[in-house]
Amino acid sequence: MAAPLFVLIGNRKLVLLLTQLVCWTVFGITVSLLSRMQYGPISYELGGWPSPYGIVYSVDYLSAFVMLFVSGLAAIVITYAPKSIDQEVHHSKHSLFYASYLLCMTGLLGMCITGDLFNVFVFLEISSLSSYALISLGKTRRAPLAALHYLIIGTVGATFFLIGIGLLYQMTGTLNMADIASRLQAVESSRTMLVAFAFMTVGLFIKMAVFPLHTWLPNAYTYAPSVVTCFIAATATKVSVYAFIRLIYVIFTPQFAFDRLPLDQALMAFSLVGIFVASTAAIYQTNIKRLLAYSSVAQIGYMLLGISMSNVGGLTAGISHMFNHALIKGGLFMVVGCFALRIGSLKLEDLRGAGKTMPLTSFAWVVGGLGLIGVPMTAGFVSKWLLLTSALSLELWPVAVLMLLSSLLAVVYIWRVVEILYFSPASHLAQTAKEAPMAMLIPTYVAIGSTIVFGCWTVYSAGIAQAAAKSLLGISQVGGIQ
Amino acid sequence: MTEILGLYNYWIVIFLMMTGFYIVIARENLIKTIIGLNIFQTSVFLLYITMGKVTHGTAPILKASHGGESHGVEGHGADHGHELHVAAEGHVDLGVDAVKEVYSNPIPSVLMLTAIVVGIATTALALALVVRIREEYGTIEEDEILEMDRNS
Repeated sequence: MAAPLFVLIGNRKLVLLLTQLVCWTVFGITVSLLSRMQYGPISYELGGWPSPYGIVYSVDYLSAFVMLFVSGLAAIVITYAPKSIDQEVHHSKHSLFYASYLLCMTGLLGMCITGDLFNVFVFLEISSLSSYALISLGKTRRAPLAALHYLIIGTVGATFFLIGIGLLYQMTGTLNMADIASRLQAVESSRTMLVAFAFMTVGLFIKMAVFPLHTWLPNAYTYAPSVVTCFIAATATKVSVYAFIRLIYVIFTPQFAFDRLPLDQALMAFSLVGIFVASTAAIYQTNIKRLLAYSSVAQIGYMLLGISMSNVGGLTAGISHMFNHALIKGGLFMVVGCFALRIGSLKLEDLRGAGKTMPLTSFAWVVGGLGLIGVPMTAGFVSKWLLLTSALSLELWPVAVLMLLSSLLAVVYIWRVVEILYFSPASHLAQTAKEAPMAMLIPTYVAIGSTIVFGCWTVYSAGIAQAAAKSLLGISQVGGIQ
Repeated sequence: MTEILGLYNYWIVIFLMMTGFYIVIARENLIKTIIGLNIFQTSVFLLYITMGKVTHGTAPILKASHGGESHGVEGHGADHGHELHVAAEGHVDLGVDAVKEVYSNPIPSVLMLTAIVVGIATTALALALVVRIREEYGTIEEDEILEMDRNS
């Protein structure tokens, strides 16, 4: 059970080949974990200490699903990585790069798997610290500064989370998530609980880059090496969203978060404002990476929107959007990495006309972009459709209308790039560019192609998301009865 | 009045927390920001350690002669939520009979060992980044760096 973690911790000094091997192995393990989910949740007690005293690793549908796409993306991205890394990272730092990459993945998987609240903090810091290091490897001199800003804001967020854990522990005397949940009923109404909840929510919001707290994200994504951006953009914020779902639905009950506190309205407002502001900001960017970074902030808004609806449909939409967006954004940043390799610039003006010299790469952008917009037959459509139907079933007409409008904004910023790629006179950089190497194109197409696959064939992605949503709401209802 | 004074360590925690947080927000010098971050983190360590301390409690080491074993184990479970409340409110009287030892709760201290390690790692990484920033820009004043970025 804990094998994915131990495999990684044991091998973190290894070079590329072993890194790839490890990533694919972990991916295999998570697939087998997920396929065992139909027999019910699994839990593993570290060191054989019984549950409330020792640390427990537990896996249910939701965590298995999140682990699946985190490890899957990690494997795809690392297969894609070598060429891009060669160009963008100094050779002496390669082994360090792979070590931090694996550590980052360990942290993210650990956050999904653990049943112990303090462990969440530790894994959160493992993944964050290694991602600060990864970002600072970027070529430009702004990379360390972006990493430092991320570090300061991220550490404040993590410390907020830690304060929240402390207060919770003070009230309940336990760190085990299930145990806390069962004891919360007694102390639910105290002010300490409210403070603890507020601290943890704000801390996770910073890590998720929810709209007003997103300022670290664009710089960090823009100046990091392309491979790092692929991985972090696709997974890191999603795992924080996962931790947030855990926090609301398993530890605190939705009754507490949504009925006693107006968190659902607040979330909905934040996410809608975030979607609009970030999408509009994306339209005006001149750097393609920064454009995608702002679009990530907007997409987090969709996930939160789903969570805030607090019914099976909305939660399913939120969870499946985590999955779909991880694929789409991972794929799009890989496309950007191809451009960075061959053209050497990410300014939109330098990309003009690249559609002629790099047709395959540009086509991948078009497909991924369609997914981001949510055109039918792509994965983005599935989750947006789910979100829309659940908004309609709750009769939230304004929300539904705003969602459709915001998709139009996505059309604008994606189309802007498409137009530059295909219909502009070529810049001299693009004219001399060659098609990206196959070693990078194939993983890119695997990621982009799977958005189409999961767009047409929703049994797995949406089905598992629905099972996860149902079990979460089921748990919280049991908690409500006790 | 005694209630307010009795919670003095919480006041220290809050004071340190706000000091650190203010430094993080307000300082332009990167090193000072990191110092602020450290103060902020340290205040959280204190918060945890405060809640783990039970008045008149000793280190939780089991002594066979006192039969403290059962009590020590319970201390992890249902009991210590209560103990913590007592400790938090600053009352001295625990009403423990003389045979049993009163143990402080060890878990918060253990957690803080981990958190201190995390804090050290964060500080080390942050300082390393500042060194690189200084190599690139020749300054560690944030406004000067941003100025240089705008001009370039």
